[in-house]
Amino acid sequence: MSAVQQYIDLYRSQRELIAGHSSQVMNALRDEAVALLESRGLPTLKDEEYRRTDIEALYAPDYGLNLGRVNIEVNPYEVFRCDVPNLSTLLYFVVNDTFYAQAQPVATKLPEGVIAGSLCEMSEKYPQLVARYYGRAADMKRDGTVALNTAFAQDGFFLYIPDGVIVEKPIQLVNILRGNVDFLVNRRLLVVVGKGAQAKLLVCDHSDESSVQFLASQVCEIFVDDDAVFDYYDMEESSENTAKVASVFVRQGARSNVLINGIVLHNGVTRSNYYSTFAGEHAELSLCGMGIVDKEQSVDTYTYIDHAVSHCRSNELFKYVLNGSARGSFCGRILVRHGAQKTEAYQGNKNLCASPLAKMYTKPQLEIYADDVKCSHGATIGQLDQNALFYMRSRGISESEARMLLMFAFTNDVIEQVRLDALKDRLRQLVEKRFRGELAKCSGCQACRQE
Amino acid sequence: MLKITDLHANINGKEILKGIDLEVRPGEVHAIMGPNGSGKSTLSAVLTGNPAYEVTRGSVEFYGKDLLALSPEDRSHEGLFLSFQYPVEIPGVSMVNFMRTAVNEQRKYRGLEPLSATDFLKLMREKREIVELDNKLASRSVNEGFSGGEKKRNEIFQMAMLEPRLSILDETDSGLDIDALRIVAGGVNKLKSEKNATIVITHYQRLLDYIAPDFVHVLYKGRIVKSGGPELALELEERGYDWIKKELGEI
Repeated sequence: MSAVQQYIDLYRSQRELIAGHSSQVMNALRDEAVALLESRGLPTLKDEEYRRTDIEALYAPDYGLNLGRVNIEVNPYEVFRCDVPNLSTLLYFVVNDTFYAQAQPVATKLPEGVIAGSLCEMSEKYPQLVARYYGRAADMKRDGTVALNTAFAQDGFFLYIPDGVIVEKPIQLVNILRGNVDFLVNRRLLVVVGKGAQAKLLVCDHSDESSVQFLASQVCEIFVDDDAVFDYYDMEESSENTAKVASVFVRQGARSNVLINGIVLHNGVTRSNYYSTFAGEHAELSLCGMGIVDKEQSVDTYTYIDHAVSHCRSNELFKYVLNGSARGSFCGRILVRHGAQKTEAYQGNKNLCASPLAKMYTKPQLEIYADDVKCSHGATIGQLDQNALFYMRSRGISESEARMLLMFAFTNDVIEQVRLDALKDRLRQLVEKRFRGELAKCSGCQACRQE
Repeated sequence: MLKITDLHANINGKEILKGIDLEVRPGEVHAIMGPNGSGKSTLSAVLTGNPAYEVTRGSVEFYGKDLLALSPEDRSHEGLFLSFQYPVEIPGVSMVNFMRTAVNEQRKYRGLEPLSATDFLKLMREKREIVELDNKLASRSVNEGFSGGEKKRNEIFQMAMLEPRLSILDETDSGLDIDALRIVAGGVNKLKSEKNATIVITHYQRLLDYIAPDFVHVLYKGRIVKSGGPELALELEERGYDWIKKELGEI
C-alpha cells in the first residue's frame, strides 16, 4: 500500500468522526481534498520541487491521529514558559493539533474587534468570515501535502484583525507536540489582517524529546489587506524526532508590508514552503529565514513569489549553517508576470558548510515576463574563512570559539531583519547557545527538558 | 626569550625557509629586511603557527617552551603577537566582541577572572588612545571598511590590549602615509619596555627611522645571510641588495 492510500482509506472509514469533531467550514473542503489526494498523490522525489525531501517516506509510517479529539493531558504553562527577556506577548497554545482553550489571554486584552482563538470554534462562531478566507490561498492542487492537511485538519489557530486596528503587543502561538505513540498532527492557521491594520505573530514549535516520532503538517494562510503591516515569525525549536512539513500562503493587498522570517534552531526534518502573491500594487515583502542544522538533520526550503501586479518589491534572504552530516536545500522561485512593470525582486541564499560531510543544494529560479524590472539573485555555498579563523586564533581566541563567532556573524543579518527588539535579543542568545552546542531551548521549557 | 635554530618550512611542498637561526632577548628590537620572496612573511607565519605552513626541520624555543608544539592561540597566550601585513576583515564580528573574547581567553589561560564589562571598556578606551583609534571604529566589525591606515592602527591597538612579550610587525609600514606611519610607530614605541622585544619586518629604512633597531638581519632565499647593527639598514637603503648577492657569489 502506498503511503497515501492509508490516509485515503482512513478518511473514508472515519469521515463522520473527523467531521463530527470539526466545523462546517472546515468540513466543506474535505471531500475535494481527498479526491485530489487520490488522483495526484503526495509529492515524490521525482517531483522537481521535492527532490531533497522524501515526503512519501515521511508519511509512510503508521502514525496515530487524534481524530476523535481525545483530550491530551497537559498544562502548557507547566510545559512551556517562554523566557524571552522583556518580550511580553499575547500567548496562545496549540497542543498537537488542538487549540488549548484553557489557557489564553482574556479577551479584554485584545483591541476591540480582534478575534484570536481556536480555528474550529471561531469558524462555528463566525462561519461567513472564516469561509471567506479558509482554503482560498492554500492551493491543494499544487501540493499533495496541502490537500492531505485540508482533508484531516480539524482545528488550529484563527487570527482576525479588523480594518485600521493596530495590535501593539506581539501575538505568540506556541505549538507543542506530545504523544506516547508515533503521531501525525494536521494543524491549520488562518490569519486575516484588515485594511490598514497592523500585527505581529510569532509561532514557536516545541516537541517532546521522547522516543516517538512526530510528523507535524501545518498549513498557514495569511491575508494582508491594503495598507496593512504584518510580521510573521516562525521559530522551530523542536527535536530530532520531529518532521515538519509546513506551507505558508500569503496574499498581499496594495501598499501592504509583510515580513516573514522562518528560523530553524533545532529540528529533525523540516520542509517549508512559502508561497506569496502580490494582489495589489506598491506592496512590499521581506521573506527571510535561517537554519542551523547538524547531525543528521535536514532543512529544505521552497519559496515562490508571484509578482502578479506592477510596482511591488520583494526582498529574499535565506542563510543556512550546516554541521555534521546535515543536509540543506533552498529553491527560490520568483515569477514576474507579463505587465508587472517596475517590479523589484531580490533574492539571496548564502550557506555555510562548516563540516566536510554537510551538504547543501541551492537553486534560484527567476522567471521574468516584464521588461522594466530590477531583479537579482545570488547563491553561495562556502566554508568558514580560514584566514579569519587564523587571525582570531593568533589573538588567543580558541579555534572552537573563533568558529562560533564566525558562524554567529554569518547568521546575524537574518536576525537583524527581525522588527521586534526583544525577539532579536532573544534570538541572538538562542543562536549563540545553539552554536555552543547547548540545546537552543527556552530554559523554562520543561517540554524540552524532559527526556 | 626566542631562539630559532635551523628552521626549515614548506608551503604546498615548496621549501621557503631553508635554515634560519636567530636569537632575540628581552628589550631588543630586531629588523628583518630582504628582497621580495625571501621568506620574511613566511617566518612570521611559521612563528605564529599558520596551519598553511609546514615546519620540516629545526626548532623554536620561546621562554624555554617548544613554540612549534603550541597551537596558535596558546602562542598568543604565551605572549607572541603578529601585526599582520594584511589584517583580515571579519564582517559581523564587532571589534568589542572580538577583543573581549581575546582578552578574556588570555586571562583564562593565566588563571585570571574575566574582566567586567566596565573594566574592559575602560581598558579599550585607554589603549585606543595609544594609536588614536576612533571610538566608532571600535564598535564596527573587525577591520571591515577600515582604510589601510586604520587597519594598521587597529593591529597596534590589539597589540596594546594583549601586551605581548614578543611582537612581530610584518610590513606594518606598507600602505601607510607619513602621518599614519608616525602614529603607528609612536604606538609601538610607547609599548616598548625592558621586558618585551620586537621583530620588525620591513622593506624600507623609513620605518626604522621611527622604530630604532638594535640588530638588522638580511633574509635572502630562506636564510639570514647577513646581520649587523642599525648601519646595515642604512647601507641597504643606499645600495640595494645587489652587493649582498655579489658577496654571496651570485652575481
